[in-house]
Amino acid sequence: MTNRSPHADDLDPVTARTRFPRSFPSPLQSHGAAMAIFLSLSGVLAWGYSIVGVSPMRFLEGIGKLGSIALLMLPPDTGGWAKFLTYLYALAETVAIALLGTLAAAIVAFPVALLASRNVLANRVVHFASRRILDCVRGVDELIWALVWINVVGLGPFAGVLAIATANAGIFGKLFSEAIEASGRGPVEGVLSTGGNDGHAVRYGLLPQVVPVLLSQVLYYFESNTRSATIIGIVGAGGIGLHISEQIRMLEYQHVSAIILMILVAVALIDRLSSGLRLAIVGTRAAGRA
Amino acid sequence: MGMHGAIARLPDGQLDPLRDAYRAAVAARRRRTLVGSAILLAAVLVAGGVAEIDLRRVAENIHRLPDYVARIFTLDDGRPVWRDPAEWMWGVGYWTRLLGETVLIAYLGTATGAVLGFFLCFFASANLAPGGWTRVASRRCLEFCRTVPELVFALLFVQAFGLGPLPGVLAISIHTAGALGKLFAEVVENIDMRPVEGAKSCGASWSQAIRYAVMPQVASNLASYALLRFEINVRGAAVMGFVGAGGIGQDLIEAIRKFYYPDVSAMLVLIILCVTAIDLATERLRHRLLGWEHPR
Repeated sequence: MTNRSPHADDLDPVTARTRFPRSFPSPLQSHGAAMAIFLSLSGVLAWGYSIVGVSPMRFLEGIGKLGSIALLMLPPDTGGWAKFLTYLYALAETVAIALLGTLAAAIVAFPVALLASRNVLANRVVHFASRRILDCVRGVDELIWALVWINVVGLGPFAGVLAIATANAGIFGKLFSEAIEASGRGPVEGVLSTGGNDGHAVRYGLLPQVVPVLLSQVLYYFESNTRSATIIGIVGAGGIGLHISEQIRMLEYQHVSAIILMILVAVALIDRLSSGLRLAIVGTRAAGRA
Repeated sequence: MGMHGAIARLPDGQLDPLRDAYRAAVAARRRRTLVGSAILLAAVLVAGGVAEIDLRRVAENIHRLPDYVARIFTLDDGRPVWRDPAEWMWGVGYWTRLLGETVLIAYLGTATGAVLGFFLCFFASANLAPGGWTRVASRRCLEFCRTVPELVFALLFVQAFGLGPLPGVLAISIHTAGALGKLFAEVVENIDMRPVEGAKSCGASWSQAIRYAVMPQVASNLASYALLRFEINVRGAAVMGFVGAGGIGQDLIEAIRKFYYPDVSAMLVLIILCVTAIDLATERLRHRLLGWEHPR
């Protein structure tokens, strides 16, 4: 406050601007780059929408149709218990696909990640190659994997399990090896120094550190796979997706809204279950370690 | 006890309760692990029954996977595809155009969804929401948008807007708005509130406070999340064509269903190349964005 200009109080914005022009850059000077990026992004957006073939007429017409579809959806109704039970069973199938697919992916990915991260230097070429293969596996959507697996094992939920497992094995391989590489060397060296062999070091030095982390990652992906498994039936790989696409095509909108509602409830339940489990696993193990 | 003596031991009277407590702790943990494993095993068995898992069928059919992979990399006249790349990639111009459409769908969906999510996130954040009920309403809305799968939206929009890329764009927009709105709200909840208070104390309105006190703190983070979403959406847009919502998916599913084997591998290779290129580009951009925020 001591070195404040005595005239600061009677300095109005206009004189300030003329006296200290460099403190008042024009918007173009201070935000030029950001504005250019923003304008070009908006330009591409407008051009893109014209390419996609949207006109105000078509858009409004579509919104109108969408509104009438939404009205047809009310109230949600499965039209009898038999259908409801069919959908419920399909939903159970969806959760089963997610559970088995996630587990299979974790079981496949774990040993690979262990080997890949334990001797990083010795296997640099293998490491690089496996990373690229994992990238390719992850680059292909689950639905495409489902189509490929349908050709191998036929239509049905089993193809869905394999599709989820394939797509997730790539993700888990990467996540697990990162988690293993981030673990501390201390406990491993401690076990080795007391005369334990490599197996002991992994079992008592490494696993207690990484298992809670891996389990919580697996649970997180179980949640996300439950969402993916709801649509895998659209291509015939089991679960509720088959029913939802069928009912939409047959214009049975009340069934559609009922199924969507059932999906929302199931996903919410799974989310709650898995976040509870995650807290239990990470919480108690972390407390035990401290 | 000197240096040469045995390791100091507690007398048994004091040691026993400690030993018992250790054993009890280990036993409790073991029991918990066992119960957990038993529950998991039961769940797997039930799930295996529901999903019609038949390990014998796997054993009998697993050889068909390498067969299939080999088949899609073989031309119709029996030569492997790399012997005649021109024949393999006969439709490269057409497929590239479809891939361009796919990327465009992803871009439009991401941009539109990000704008929607951006406007909703301030209403959904705990620290800036103008009122309690708007917060609850916008949160529920975002939750709905991200829980209903994109393809379900796409199926519905195809009926409202007709076949083509537009329903795909709208489906991705809605889903992206839900996913990004939640992430954006979390970013906004973690800001430093002092600039906001400063702006408000100078008489700034709610929107002015957001523009001058919140945006400078969050802009680069939001842009980074939007780019990450763009990567995800390119993958998602590649399958929009499965339900008639534009992009390369339509031709891919047709090739797979009608057994145009070499076309399947050609399109898959093009998709993987495109996805990888976009991943690398956005990764660089994101590192630069986050670098702007924390200059070294």
